[in-house]
Formats: sequence, C-alpha cells, structure tokens
Amino acid sequence: MSADYSDILIVGAGPAGMAAAVTARKHGLTVRVVDDQPAPGGQIWRDVETVAATPRLARLGEAYRAGVDRAAAFRACGAIYEPQSQLWQIEPGFRAFLTRDGQARSVTAAAIILATGAQERPVPFPGWTLPGVLTVGAAQILLKSVDSVPDKPVWIAGSGPLPLLYMTQLLAAGGRIAGFLDTTPRGRLPVAARHLPAGLSRLGDLAKGLGWSLALKRAGFPIIRHVAELRAEGEGRLQRLRYCTEDGREGTAEAEVLLVHEGVVPNIHAPLALGCGVTWNAAQHCYVPELDVWGETTQASVFVAGDGAGIGGAEAAEPRGRLAALRVAARLGKLSEAAANEAARKERGALSHALALRPFLDTLYAPRPQVFAPADETLVCRCEEVTAGDIRARAVQGRPGPNQLKAFTRAGMGPCQGRQCGYTMAHIVAAAQGRPVAEVGFYRIRPPLKPVTLGELASLDEQAPAA
Amino acid sequence: MFRKLHDPGASAVTIHIDGRPVAAEAGESLAAVLLRQPEGWSRTTPVLESPRAPYCMMGVCFECLVEVEGLGEVQGCLTPVRDGMNVTRQQGRRRLSA
Repeated sequence: MSADYSDILIVGAGPAGMAAAVTARKHGLTVRVVDDQPAPGGQIWRDVETVAATPRLARLGEAYRAGVDRAAAFRACGAIYEPQSQLWQIEPGFRAFLTRDGQARSVTAAAIILATGAQERPVPFPGWTLPGVLTVGAAQILLKSVDSVPDKPVWIAGSGPLPLLYMTQLLAAGGRIAGFLDTTPRGRLPVAARHLPAGLSRLGDLAKGLGWSLALKRAGFPIIRHVAELRAEGEGRLQRLRYCTEDGREGTAEAEVLLVHEGVVPNIHAPLALGCGVTWNAAQHCYVPELDVWGETTQASVFVAGDGAGIGGAEAAEPRGRLAALRVAARLGKLSEAAANEAARKERGALSHALALRPFLDTLYAPRPQVFAPADETLVCRCEEVTAGDIRARAVQGRPGPNQLKAFTRAGMGPCQGRQCGYTMAHIVAAAQGRPVAEVGFYRIRPPLKPVTLGELASLDEQAPAA
Repeated sequence: MFRKLHDPGASAVTIHIDGRPVAAEAGESLAAVLLRQPEGWSRTTPVLESPRAPYCMMGVCFECLVEVEGLGEVQGCLTPVRDGMNVTRQQGRRRLSA
C-alpha cells in the first residue's frame, strides 16, 4: 500500500477528530489526522498538552482539564498525525491536498471524516473591523494558549454560555471587566423553559451556568441587559463604544478592547466544497450538513462529526466521531455490521444525553434579530469592505442570489472566502426580497479552501496523475 | 491591547516586527504577539487601507495576515513564533515592484 494512503483521513484534531481516530485505530484501520493547529485539542482543548504542565490548568476549569487525557489517548493511538497542515482540496476517490510549511502534497484515503468544528457567528455592526474588537472566543484562546488577558478592563457584548465562561475564567486569572452588555433579548427565558423538562438529565450544566451568572453578578461590574445595537468608534483603533438597549436606553463608554459573541455555527466550507447536501437548521440559525445516523453526508464515505454536524459541544462531538469511525470500520470489513450496531447503540445514547439541553440553550441564546440586519453603513464583507447598504441596493435590482451579488460587489471574494459574510449576505438578500433565508442559499464554495500560493502548487511535483 | 500573565523564562525569544525587536515566547502564535504591540493594528487592508488586527484567533477571519520572511503571507494565528523570525506588517495593496 502506498505510503500516502490511509483507510480514513480525518480533518481536525478536536474532540470529534481525536475520538474518531482512537476508535478507528482500535478496530485496525489506518488513520491520518490533519489539523491546522500545532497541537491536538481543537478550540475547546486548545494547547491543553502545554497548559497541563502549568498552574493555569487549574483555573481553566474541569471541562478544559478533560482534554489532557483525550490528547494523550490520541497521541498513543497510532494514527499518523499531521499538525499545522492546511487542507485545501479533496477530490473524489479520495485524494486530499494539503500544505505544511509551505510544501504542498496530496494523500489518499478510502473515507473522509470532516471534524472541522465550528466558528463564532459573525456579528457585524458599525466599527466591528476596528483593531480592538475581537470575538470572545479569540480572547479565550489567548487566555488558554498564551496566558494573555486584555491590558485594561475589557467590555464584553454578547449572548450565550461562552461569554459567561470566559468572564469567569478571566476573573480567575486576575483580568478585569469594565462591563457586560448582555444582548439576550427580553422574554427569552419563559419560552426556553418549555424545553427544560427534556433537559433535566443535565441539571449539572444548568447549575454550572447559574453559578457563573451569580458569581459574575457578585463581581460588581456593570451588567446591562437587553442590548440591541452596538457601535465601535475610534481613530485607527477602538476608543469608544456605544450601545442602545431594546427600550431605547443609550450608553457610551471608553474602551480599548471589546469582545463580542453571538453563538457559534458549523464550519461548512469543506462539506459544501465536496458537494455534500446541507439543510437550514432554523433552531440554530445556520446550515448543517444532511447526515444519516452514522454522520455520513449525501456523498458516500464522506462523514461529518463534531460541531460541524450541528452545534452540540465537545461531549456530543466525541460520540459523533466514534459513530463515523465505526461505520467506516464495518464498511472496510474490520467489524461486523452487528458489532458496529451494538457499539453504536451506546454512542447514540451518549449523543442524545449530550444534546438534551440544546433546545433550551438554542432558544434562550438565539441571536438577536439585529445581528442579521446591520445598518447600511456596516461592513458586511470585512475582506473586500462591502457595506450592508451596497448589498441591499443591489439585492433589489432583479432577484440576485448570494453568488450573483458576490460577482457584483466582491463580497465573499476575499481571503476568508465568505466565512465572515455568508450568513449576513443571505439574511440581507432574504429581507430585501421577502424570501425565507433558507431559500436564498449560500455562496458556492470552491477549492482551494484556504489560499494557496503558486509556489505551493508548484511544490506538488506529482509524478503520477491523480487516480 | 493584551498582556501576558507569566514571564516566559527559558522560552523567551526575540522576533522582529518591521525591523523592531519584540519579546515573545517560543511556540506562541504570531497573532498573539501582534496583539501585545502598542500600535494595535497588524495590517492595513488592500481596498481602503483601513487598519486591522487579529479578530477570531481560530483561522477563519484572515485579519491576522502577515508577512513572514521565508514563509510569505501567513495567517498569524496559525503560525507559531520562532527565535529570530522576521515579520513585516502588510500595508495597503500589493505592488508589483518593491
């Protein structure tokens, strides 16, 4: 067998990718894992191996500490692990192209598991491109992996569990908070509470969330509820923020760093580029790949596991990764169908337990409507600097979709390839044309999935044509 | 904008950003180092030359694009620093001649 072949190619070394790799190895499959980070763990367990040797492991909490054992099991499982590798194309059959240290090459596999996780939902508002405005996830990564905190008391604006967790971790680390602009709309809790009976098996999570909220209240910084509109201002960098609540209360504050967060959405660029079907998930306000009970997409032998399959968190990501690995093991004759089904039963139980609180969280923390309807002056496409007004004006000339508007305005054509503007574009088009957002669709995603230089292409130096 | 909570000790390295020596810790991401610099910005855009700085830290926003000697244009958040690394902030659009 050729050295560049493995039974499974796993993209992403987070909870789903590592769990898939360990399970696949246990059943005797050869496995290659490629990941763009320098170390395993994904975003949730970012740099956990390095951090494990330092005192800051203790203050990052139990959920983070759990990553230490997972990373160790993954390292020991016998998968070929290729960190700092950017995957930029997968051809049917499968041949995958990746770049590492400026050197491109291709590898082959019988099955693909995309465990590429989630990204934070883009939150466009006037001034969100100013230096000093970052996502809460970005700040949490800075805290976890490089032990850095905002220099001055920081403003945080958003909704969801992550801001609460980050603020708790930041205070534990000795960081300071200027204020929290809670963007959760009024009246969410009673509606969300209808989903609580189904989530009762996860009382521990609820208690944890409540504990964070109470501790943050006691910490004494201002908490402003029901913030609906944000604006960042400054000469060349963030100097001041303005906000307005649902009932019209306005406020201004000096700020050097503002962190924003309105939930996370699956990374769907790789499945889209592979032609995998996706459907609109109205509860999570995003597209998710169409998957069968094993996580297989509409393209045979292409699986999606982890938050890329729909937001569920690390605890849901692991059983999803194992389910995909079991299916591939059975298909390649390493495991009987009956044994795979038996093992899958346990994983599906774990998955459904992990997801039990999701409907409650999805309802409570659904993004405020303003996220999808930014003011005309707001940059929607950060890369090509196209405003919401530019897109709105074009959206009513005929009935263009996101791809035509991309050609007209260049929105989505920059290096991020629509990762920051895709959903905003879809919502602006939907509103302008009076159509449901699900009908509007998304950008057509083409390779390369990450920018590739001509030098890297030349370095491929393929001896034989792709099979 | 950001500060590091610990002293890198034996892992301390020096990199150069636009020719200026800057203290860093071996293996930390270049974007994290850029966020500790007094200027705040880490590039200006090719379209309107507006200043930008790292935004997502997880490889999806491309705001931390930066020039590293020997590597070309890279995402700073995915690039661990090495002692002696020479880094140039990109300003405005690319020109055919330097």
